[in-house]
Amino acid sequence: MFETDFARTDLMFMLQGAGMTLMLTFWAVLGGTLMGFVFGVLRAVAPWWINATLGVVLDVFRSIPLLIQFILANSFKSIVGFDVSAFAVGCVVLALYTSAYCAEIVRAGVLAVPTTTRRAARSLGLTWWQDLRWIVYPIALRVSLPSWTGLTLGVMKDTALVLWIGVVELLRASQVIVTRIQEPLVVLSLCGLIYFLMSFPISRLGAYLETKWREYD
Amino acid sequence: MNYTFHWRQAFQALPDMLGGALVTIEIAVLSMVIGVACAVALALARNLKVPTNAAGRGIVRQWSYPLARGFATAWIETARNTPALFQIYMIYFGLGSLGIFVDSFPALLAGISFNNAGYLAETLRGGLRAIPPTQMRAARSLGMSAPQAFRLIVLPQLFRTVFHPMTNQMVWAILMTSLGVVVGLNSDLTGVTNGYNVRTFRTFEFFVMAAVIYYLITKVVTLSARLVASRLFRY
Repeated sequence: MFETDFARTDLMFMLQGAGMTLMLTFWAVLGGTLMGFVFGVLRAVAPWWINATLGVVLDVFRSIPLLIQFILANSFKSIVGFDVSAFAVGCVVLALYTSAYCAEIVRAGVLAVPTTTRRAARSLGLTWWQDLRWIVYPIALRVSLPSWTGLTLGVMKDTALVLWIGVVELLRASQVIVTRIQEPLVVLSLCGLIYFLMSFPISRLGAYLETKWREYD
Repeated sequence: MNYTFHWRQAFQALPDMLGGALVTIEIAVLSMVIGVACAVALALARNLKVPTNAAGRGIVRQWSYPLARGFATAWIETARNTPALFQIYMIYFGLGSLGIFVDSFPALLAGISFNNAGYLAETLRGGLRAIPPTQMRAARSLGMSAPQAFRLIVLPQLFRTVFHPMTNQMVWAILMTSLGVVVGLNSDLTGVTNGYNVRTFRTFEFFVMAAVIYYLITKVVTLSARLVASRLFRY
């Protein structure tokens, strides 16, 4: 019948890899959201030339394969002589990559607030900053959150690419085990299941929030 | 910093890399064609709304086969909730357990197509949902047959809503082709570049060139899509 060499220690190894995936996701999304927030608000309110420059620069991160961004950052690190781990390189590249997408989401959210609403706020006596904080922010947040959830999930899946620069995350861990026990289908199915379990609940939550918040529109 | 850049070597490799770029575009286009075909089938299998003319029972009726529906759901959720690289691994390494040995080119193509289909099926579903069912009724009551109404009323609007997401997916497909190198493909842009990289160890120079070429390809795709859209959707 069905038998496998897959041992309990292998499962632990894969779970450690999954932990690495989550760590990468956490730092990338944290850094990317902070930067993306600033860039996005800048793009929406700054003069056109700042907006245009920032747009072109951020677009580069979305137009080059992430794998190549990792390779470039990693070799650049060696050229300049920075002594940082591959994990740190992975986090930085992923954070920049995330910020490029997040900036678009934030910008779309800010621009989704009707101009008339903002003018009404200003004519009620709110300052520019108060308008941003109490009028734009709550509306924009609601518009952007579903896409932001999607972005987080996308980044979690994209962390798999760091295996190329030598970080042992979930997919790489599975590959190591495949090399040892030569049962790719079993190991990879388990790996897929773990990814699915990490991703599916959050994607459901995002969809739920989206439908729930639509009711108030 | 004691490193001398050697751009000359990289420029000499340019013709080869452009050849690789053609393979990249070929894979991306093929994967989109296959992806769209599968996506239509998946969207139909998951929730086809057959417009019927049955009086008093509503015009739109849900039509579903549980098996087809389950299959489509499994496909879409797997494609959307696991990394693309995992999907390629599954085809390249995983199928080996079943005695099916796939070369790296078809494995990459199948992996990207699988991924595209999953995302595009959801796009199509969203597009269909955005069209109010009242329009179908209006078209039918004006005397159009169901296929006529679909072709003349639903399809143009559907195309308009899914055009932009489809362009995005095309760009994604181009970027995803770079994953081929992980399963040993050496003919696409990343593969060719990596070939030069392992021979010369001029990693930075070669991959900067590759990055520029990828950037140009995606720019050409997005700009021409924008041009087409401005022509098609003027009204």
